Amino acid sequence: MNALHERLVAQLGEAAMQLEDLRPADVPLLLVPREQFNEAARTMKYQEARLVAEWASDETLLAGGYGIYACFSKGSDFLVVKCVAPEDDPAFPTITRKYAAAYRFERQMHSLMGVTPLGSPDLRPWIKFEDWPEDAWPLRKTFDSRTRMPRVPGDYRWIRAEGEGVYEIPVGPVHAGIIEPGHFRFQAMGEEILNLEERLGYVHKGIEKRFEALSWEDGARLAGRVSGDTTVAHSCCYCQAVESMAECTPPERALWLRAIMLERERIANHLGDIGAICNDVAFAFLFFQCNILKEQIVRTNFQLFQQRFLKDKIVPGGVTVDLSDEGIDCMLRELEEFSKKFEQLIVIYDNNASLEDRVRETGIFSMEKAKDLGTVGIVARASGLDLDIRLQRPAAPYDIIVPRVSVQQAGDVNARVWVRIDEIRESVRLLREMLYNLPTGEICAEFIPPLSQASGLAFVEGWRGEIMYWVQAGKAGEVNRCMVRDPSSLNWLGLEQSIHGNIVPDFPVCNKSFNQSYSGNDL
Amino acid sequence: MLRILHQIFRTGVVTEPLPAEVEQEIAEIGARLEDRIRKKFHRSLTIREVDAGSCNGCELEIHAMNNAFYNCERFGIHFTASPRFADMLLVTGPVSVNMEIALKRTYAATPNPKIVVAVGDCACDGGIFGESYASLGRISNVIPVDAHIPGCPPSPVSLLQGIFRAIAQ
Repeated sequence: MNALHERLVAQLGEAAMQLEDLRPADVPLLLVPREQFNEAARTMKYQEARLVAEWASDETLLAGGYGIYACFSKGSDFLVVKCVAPEDDPAFPTITRKYAAAYRFERQMHSLMGVTPLGSPDLRPWIKFEDWPEDAWPLRKTFDSRTRMPRVPGDYRWIRAEGEGVYEIPVGPVHAGIIEPGHFRFQAMGEEILNLEERLGYVHKGIEKRFEALSWEDGARLAGRVSGDTTVAHSCCYCQAVESMAECTPPERALWLRAIMLERERIANHLGDIGAICNDVAFAFLFFQCNILKEQIVRTNFQLFQQRFLKDKIVPGGVTVDLSDEGIDCMLRELEEFSKKFEQLIVIYDNNASLEDRVRETGIFSMEKAKDLGTVGIVARASGLDLDIRLQRPAAPYDIIVPRVSVQQAGDVNARVWVRIDEIRESVRLLREMLYNLPTGEICAEFIPPLSQASGLAFVEGWRGEIMYWVQAGKAGEVNRCMVRDPSSLNWLGLEQSIHGNIVPDFPVCNKSFNQSYSGNDL
Repeated sequence: MLRILHQIFRTGVVTEPLPAEVEQEIAEIGARLEDRIRKKFHRSLTIREVDAGSCNGCELEIHAMNNAFYNCERFGIHFTASPRFADMLLVTGPVSVNMEIALKRTYAATPNPKIVVAVGDCACDGGIFGESYASLGRISNVIPVDAHIPGCPPSPVSLLQGIFRAIAQ
């Protein structure tokens, strides 16, 4: 019994009932009475556990009602708490007052599933826009996914700032660069930003609902398109969740190949980010240099795996592409060459005073806030939090080849760059170790779809941070629900908090240093 | 500063000629193209990229088109921040319901003559997302489209080729 589990049972006594249908079995699932859902959250808060995700599932065709779930974690301990909201009274007590990050999860549950978090301070629609009918709840089983959404009049209530000299800057959804759409509303005075409010949901494509219409195997393709730049990590996490539920174990070699792809995805994206951050402070030189290295990495991907971004290479049961001995040699040579070139660029980054002037003490995100908001991934590590799912829940081969996690304390743009630099170096080391020790054997096991009503959970450390999938099988063994939580769902909150007191022209570089996914957030 | 100069010198020019068949195609349509670009767009083609609901995969390759290897600026192609300056809209994604209005407004804000190119499988036929309560499917369901570049995502070379073909049409 892990510490969180123990604590919750001690607090709630017999009211907390352990359910057996969640895999992997080392993550306990506790059913609590609906009235005690926030009590459970309070207990977790006292334990200093972080909120990993909160979500709802329409279980009217299963045990009945709407399942309300919250996942908590502290160190290596994970725990899922569930309560049930009946169909005739779809409501549950909010946990927003304990966990600030819950406010967006709960708005989303309220908007898309029609379950009401009682006592929540903010029930404005989220992901769903104000011009959708209020009673359109797409994640409910009674909602036909082909429904053409009618537009109704409605207004979004923005947070306002008033006073002499205060003005507002609306930005987006169509931004200046080649990036995804979202809306940012700034209140500023002179050059100083007083507040930033994000409004996301523009690229909501109904992904979670779409999963329910696909087979378990096809789901891997959709997961690979939740956020295109994280295609490996998302399809890997989806497959792990489905495999743990179906009790299917991929061959060792497949797991190692997945990790190789994950680390390559990390290197490519971090390179792009470091370049783009430099570009946003007008240091175009490193932008072009980093992108040369990135292009070389994706070209090797194409050469060895026939796909520049390694899309659709991970399937339930294993992977679809093997690496030959020549391929291993080729990658080792590439890494050798890459490291040399990369280090030359880092010296330049490190020695440039005018660059340093722009990135240091810009967009500071304090450790305290990062902890409060349940921030994960590179953003958390740049603010002093030692969070990496490759350490906290190591899947093969990370149990043998252990990553050294880079943690920075400053929480500014510069810290977020250095975490990326260190991680690229570390990924190169991990890749070498993996290539030298790659086990032989099959690359795919037979996948037998899961039993009915089982549920599975998985975490993968993508390049942005921890990704989580929770999948649930229906009565006939079909997909009843697939919950996706990209790190962006938590980390977008951090951007709002890191921007206070910065000047408006520094927003692009702050935003780029977070570089969260819109598509992964909006689903 | 010396390090930067040294690195620039060491890197040299990495821009590559496009694959032979693409180069040939460009040569063939070259004369026509030059004439059209001069007449229509005053020698350079300015593109506004619009993500209308993509997974951001296509954006990666559109970015790559700007890197030193593909260097699209050598053809006079560059990206602009505002649709008001654009000759061409490169539109990605299935059109999400929540982006419909913004896409129509961006289209309206782009001066004539304009070319709209749908980029990626989702933009061409809705892709894996199809049509649903949240997705309106292909771009041509929402605004008129002049050319399509399929692929998930299309490679930088297919992007360049598709853009040339769209202008030559």
